[in-house]
Order: sequence, then C-alpha cells, then structure tokens
Amino acid sequence: MKLLVAIKRVVDYNIKVRPKADGSDVDIATVKMSINPFDEVAVEEALRLKEAGIATEVVAVAVGTAQSQDVLRHALAMGVDRAILVETDAVTEPLATAKLLKAVVQREQPQLTLIGKQAIDDDAAETGQMLAALLNVGQGTFASKLELTADRVVVTREISGGQEKVSLPLPAVITTDLRLNEPRYVKLPNLMQAKKKPIETLKSSDLGMDQAPRLKLLRVAEPPARAPGVKVSGVSELLQKLRNEAKVLP
Amino acid sequence: MTILIVAEHDHHELKPATRSAVTAAMALGGDIHLLVTGHGLEKVAQAAAKVLGVTRVRVADDLAYAHGLPENLAPLLVRIAPDYTTVMAAADSFGKNLLPRVAALLDVAMVSEITQVVDQNTFVRPIYAGNLNATVQTTDAIKVLTVRATSFPAAPDGGAAAIDTLPATGDAGLSTWLSTEIQPTDRVELSTARVVVSGGRALGSAEQFQQVLAPLAAKLNAALGATRAAVDAGYAPNEWQVGQTGMVVAPDLYIAVGVSGAVQHLAGMKDSRVIVAINHDPDAPIFQWADYGLVADLFETVKELEHNL
Repeated sequence: MKLLVAIKRVVDYNIKVRPKADGSDVDIATVKMSINPFDEVAVEEALRLKEAGIATEVVAVAVGTAQSQDVLRHALAMGVDRAILVETDAVTEPLATAKLLKAVVQREQPQLTLIGKQAIDDDAAETGQMLAALLNVGQGTFASKLELTADRVVVTREISGGQEKVSLPLPAVITTDLRLNEPRYVKLPNLMQAKKKPIETLKSSDLGMDQAPRLKLLRVAEPPARAPGVKVSGVSELLQKLRNEAKVLP
Repeated sequence: MTILIVAEHDHHELKPATRSAVTAAMALGGDIHLLVTGHGLEKVAQAAAKVLGVTRVRVADDLAYAHGLPENLAPLLVRIAPDYTTVMAAADSFGKNLLPRVAALLDVAMVSEITQVVDQNTFVRPIYAGNLNATVQTTDAIKVLTVRATSFPAAPDGGAAAIDTLPATGDAGLSTWLSTEIQPTDRVELSTARVVVSGGRALGSAEQFQQVLAPLAAKLNAALGATRAAVDAGYAPNEWQVGQTGMVVAPDLYIAVGVSGAVQHLAGMKDSRVIVAINHDPDAPIFQWADYGLVADLFETVKELEHNL
C-alpha cells in the first residue's frame, strides 16, 4: 500500500514573527524555517505504518518555492522513500494547494494521503478537507489514532468535548493532530544521506490547475497590546484587586 | 444578501458558538437563515427559530446527517449555496471539518476563524497562533467563513423565524460513523465558562492537578483547563487543553496556575478579560500577559486562595 504525505515549509514554531514595517505581510525574510509540526506528525505516522508492514511505500510531497526542498530532505532523513516538490513562486492558498495536491494524488494513486490538520503559519486548517472534497473521498480530520486495514481506515478524531470514531473506505485523506504520535529525532548521518537523495520537481504550471489567488491580504498587524499588568504581593492583595479593581469576583 | 449559517447542536439545543455566528452574521447585514441538520430535529428547530436575528430556519432531517459527517452534509450545502452570498459556521470541530469541504466543492476560497467583520468582503483573522492579525478580503461570489465564537457575543432568544424543510441528499457512501465519546460534564463547560482555572506541568501529577485545582474551580464555579504539556504528561484529559490546537476560550477570569506561557497556550486564552498568573518562576512569559501576577509556590497559594474565597 502506498501512502502520500503532504508537508509544508513554515516559520519555525519557536520564532516570534512580526509584521513588515509597512504592514503588508508577515516579515519572514530572515527567520528560521522548518517542517510544519503537524505535517511532521503525518510523516511519522506514515513511517510507522510502513514499519508495521501495513504500508509499502511512503512518498512526501511539498508545494512551495525551491526552498521547500529543505523540508522534503527532513522527511527523507526521517525515512520516506521518495520526495516530490511541486514548485511555485506564487503564494499558495489552501484551495490552490489542494488542487495541486489532487494532481499529485492522481499521478501517484496512494491509498491514503496524510497531511497536518493545520499549518502553524496561516492556521487555516483547510487544505486536507479541500483535498478530500476535490478527490471525492472520505476525510478523517484531527486524527489522534489510525487503524489501517487493506481497504478501510478507522480514525479516532478529536472533537469538541471528546472523541469520535469514523470508518472510511480507501482511498481517503487524513489530517493529523499532534496527539497522534511523537515524531522521531532526525540523526545527523541520516540528514547527510538525505542531502544526496534526488527530489523530483514538478512545475506547478505543468499540472493544469487553477492557482489564481482568491484572497487579498490587506494588512498584517500585531493584536492590540494588553494593558501592562501588575505583580501582587500575596493572596489577599490578589483577591482585593479581583474584587474591587477588576470586579470579576463578588 | 442572504446568509446561511450551519447550526451545531446536540439535537436539543443550539451550541452557544452557533449563536455567536449569528451575531457575526448580523454585522454583515442581510437576511439570516439557520440550517439545522441531523435526525429527529423538531425540538432543536423550534429552539433555532427563537434566536434573535434569524429570519428562517431550514431543516434537513435524514439518518445520514445524524452524526454530522461532512461527506454527507457537503452535497446538501453545495445544492443550496447558490441561494446565498455567505455560508458560515462556528469555528469548532464541526464547522472546521465541514466548511472547507463545501468551499472546495463550490470552488471558492474560505476564510477561517474570523474575529472581526470589517465589511461584507473583508475580515480579520488571527494567524501565527494569534501573534498577528491578518485583514483579508475575499473575491469569490460566495463567501465561506468560520467564526471564532469568543470574538462575538451569543445572540439571545427573542425571534420567531419561519421553519421550512429541505429534501435530504442521502448517504454519500464515503464514511461511516462508529462512535462518539463525550466526557461526562458534571463540570462547567470549558468553552462557555465565565471563569477558567488552568494548570500546567508544574502541578506535577494527575492527582495533584485534581487535588490542587478542583476545589478552587468548584468554589469559583469555574471550568478546568490545561496546557498541552500537562495533557501530554497525563495530568489532564485532552478535552481540557487550551491553546492553538485545543480550545480557544475568553472567560471573564482566567487563572493560570503553574503555566509557563508558551505562545501556543497564549493563543487559546489571551483574549480573556482578566488573566491571573500564579507561578514560582518570576521570568515565566505568562507574567507578560497577566493582569495580576503572583510569584509564589502554587501549592500554598492556591490553597490559601481557595480558603479565602
């Protein structure tokens, strides 16, 4: 069984980003970039399914600029068999990304496609569901557990207040929650080896998909700052402030 | 200008988040229709018709809709969407699962988790775990939006909308519901609580998490919350997680106990009206967000706080 994992290159989760001086976009010119943590969980899950003998091949795909080779190499170092870059210099909105991924799915014919439930840059949480829609297959979103058999996948999903289990016929699309697994550390020798592995590059314009942006980014700004708080000396002062100043306690 | 809101409910009552979506729709202006889907909907349809601002309730009753499977609901939405300028839902697990599927089938972009309506095509939404706000404008004929419930007050009762029924689209054959496990809620519900008491890894164990925080929460009639670190350490169940990947809350009072203040946690609570932080580490980032910070041993402090309430 072949698995496809879609990954995105994003600002590293430890970086505090700022708007550009003119407020036109996020300033990411010089910051550290990494694989989206939710996508890393998707890679890990695919690798575990292969190691368990359920899957036979794991293919990673990224949509983005040539620099997205970094995250594909990270996935290769983790252990994926092949990597594909869908190269584009355009800003890829979730809908356009889903369309490009659809073209890759049609080419590769995986039984299961895994993708992080959201990317930590735009926090949209849309691409996996959109891909499932365009492929007309079932979607197991916000997955915290997968049970994969030859023709179905049972997905435990994190929902408000609890969990839900759904069963989907294959092929299907899964979006992964952090709780699904803890990704392995990438060892330096593996990273060095991954640098030598080939990455297949497809030009997004060759895939015959409409990528025209539908959204205009008008402004990026920091949220209004909270008024600076105070340190209190002890419980009695805290209670006094909460009662008399903030008036949140009777 | 007619807006369709996909309602989330438990077959008895609307979820408060859906009422917040109604308030957001009122900011857009126009007629507001509420779509109620599921199986056995008489009661919740009546409740939906009472929401102030809603002009029509559309009921689609079918066994295939009983568990909110997006594969079955999306064709229904796609069929009726051309009658609307906007399709929206609350940005919780139901709406986040369904609406991107609908948007893709309509070939339109989606704007997720809006926190502000600027005009009919322009919205503010948080990005980078709420560290930044993006103002985005849609160019599509039909707008598909999810709404962050904590940014809009819940619409009250007071309306009397007409109810009509829609033919169902049936089972798409792409998914089967197996089970739902909702944690029993003898507790105050986290998403709507007026006060939240939240614990971090510093609580040290599941037993201490309960022993220290539960009595305080009980006295304050508060919901319990937790950081991802505390949940991953097994101190608290998943459903209590507050943050970028968990629940987003904005109570009147948020008491963070032994919480360091990672940006991913702040993303879920920094819009609370009053934030209290109790932590022994004076350099913990949470203090930069707290209205009232107390540098102290959390075990002693919480006990003292509870006794003095």
